[in-house]
Amino acid sequence: MSGDMILFFILASLSVIFSLLVIFPRNVVHSAMALAATLFFVAVLFLTLDAPMLAILQVLVYAGAIMILFLFVIMLLNPAALEGRRIAWWTLGSLAAVALLLELVSLFFYRPSPSGQPPVAAAFGGPETLAQSLFTDFALPFEIASVLLLVAIIGAVALAKREG
Amino acid sequence: METNLAPLLPSAEVVLTALSVLLLDLFIRKDEKGLLVWISLIGLALAGGMALFLWGSHEGAFQDSILLDDFALFFTELFLGAAAITILSSVHYVRETNIHEGEFYALVLLSTFGMILMAAANDLILFFLGLETMSIGVYILTGMWRERSQASEAAMKYFLIGAFATGFLLYGIALIYGAAGSTHLGRIASALGQTKSHGSIILSAGVFLLFVGLAFKVAAVPFHFWVPDVYDGAPTPVSAFMAVAVKAAAFAGWARIFLYQLSPLQSEWTLPLKALAILTMTVGNLLAISQSSVKRMLAYSSIAHAGYLLIALVAGGESGGQALLFYLLSYAAMTFGAFGVLIALKEGENDHEAYSDFAGLGFKRPFLGMAMSLFMLSLAGFPPLAGFTGKFYLFRSAVVAGHIDLAIIGALNSLLSVVYYLRVIVMMYMEEGGAEGKPFARAPYLYLAIAIAVLGTVYLGVLPAPALDLSRISFISLH
Repeated sequence: MSGDMILFFILASLSVIFSLLVIFPRNVVHSAMALAATLFFVAVLFLTLDAPMLAILQVLVYAGAIMILFLFVIMLLNPAALEGRRIAWWTLGSLAAVALLLELVSLFFYRPSPSGQPPVAAAFGGPETLAQSLFTDFALPFEIASVLLLVAIIGAVALAKREG
Repeated sequence: METNLAPLLPSAEVVLTALSVLLLDLFIRKDEKGLLVWISLIGLALAGGMALFLWGSHEGAFQDSILLDDFALFFTELFLGAAAITILSSVHYVRETNIHEGEFYALVLLSTFGMILMAAANDLILFFLGLETMSIGVYILTGMWRERSQASEAAMKYFLIGAFATGFLLYGIALIYGAAGSTHLGRIASALGQTKSHGSIILSAGVFLLFVGLAFKVAAVPFHFWVPDVYDGAPTPVSAFMAVAVKAAAFAGWARIFLYQLSPLQSEWTLPLKALAILTMTVGNLLAISQSSVKRMLAYSSIAHAGYLLIALVAGGESGGQALLFYLLSYAAMTFGAFGVLIALKEGENDHEAYSDFAGLGFKRPFLGMAMSLFMLSLAGFPPLAGFTGKFYLFRSAVVAGHIDLAIIGALNSLLSVVYYLRVIVMMYMEEGGAEGKPFARAPYLYLAIAIAVLGTVYLGVLPAPALDLSRISFISLH
């Protein structure tokens, strides 16, 4: 067993353990923290697959931005209100999980042969290629996104600043 | 690398104006804020001048992802005009309600920038960015009257439902990208021509989701539930801006994407679109009848008018496109006017939005009464006003395209709408009591906006030929 494989199994089992920790605690905030850890281990998995950009984005976007949003929603809503309907959630969740498992298993057995696809270049998906296309082909959308962010900032200030 | 920046000129001018307004707002005293109105208006006028100067050119920039054609310029002028009227009619409103003026005008301008992009974009990414810039600006404008809880509620509702609609739209764009290999509309169209069978389910699903996302934005039934609450809760000038400009921007995108680039798929989306048009007209009109607030009535009426506009999209072709653009112009004039009179009735804390508040207005404020009567008659479709001419061309385009049933249902719906539009006029001239209405001296800018709307409504009805030619030329420039 090579070092790569050992690393993979360590990371994979850690992310499975933490994803189980998402489901079982009664405290929703603990679940959210476990989810952040799971997402982080998946990011490290991407890193071992030579996809550093994807790993960084995974941490920034999922473990960072989206998890913060989750925590905000948990704080705003009252999680205790969902307690009574635990069985309903468990049934729905199990059904979805079984469907996903069937899909993955069938994909595993009937996967299309990879020979038809040419391998991607070594720099594919790296920060450099991303930046190249961002500042040449997508220069205009990039600039307009900055106006969009400006609108959001003005809005946040205008709606949240103290009267006086 | 040489870059052609001409297509971006008017929109860049609008952003610059917005930034100047924001910066200047920091340095001037509260009683000098009137300056911001003038800067905004001058900026809009300059952008309008640029668009006029560029009229007739046909070029693209940034790998043709943004286009400069008469269609884009027509809508640019429409949005600039809408922003100018919105600013004129909100000058007094924002002072009465303690809305921060600098941010308010800047956000109107930045939303306008997003709309201009939507009309000019030839790439789904740019279209999406334009749509989001517009939408986020308008969500915030809706909630800017912070002392009023309904405004916050409306903004929250609008934001959540808008985010939902954006999800549909974005998922549709992703699927189309998966099927066609590009977000560029020209390349999507050529991919459509080549591979009819391959990936067609993914493509159809993508187009369907795009369709649903846009239907949310134009407030078509059954995607209309947010409209009455949001229009009712928002500051009235913002409601007018939403009813006119946001709707026009969504229709501009719809026309460019569906009537031009995706027209090979027309047979697939004609039937759902037709059902959408019939539902939107009928439900909008039926619900408008039972309202007791004029503002809510206008919200439902804007749903019904979205239904009429959808007729033009079903009809398609040159006559449909011409009717769509002309009706958007007429609709802009009469809707701004109607909301303008509603703004004039507001006194301090009291909004005076019920039918009973209009009682006797025709005698107390003859100009407001006459103007409101004109707008109501025009919205109902009486000749010789803009609404009549617009509906005439809409229904004609449906008949030309062979959808006689749509034309008949549209005409019946117009008859239905007479009920609630005439009720306002009856109130104004046959009842007594009700609100006073602001005199000219207290709201000169608002009166100016209403006067422009009156001129537009009458002019487009009596002398429609130049505007019709303009609409036709603009629509043809798509091809």
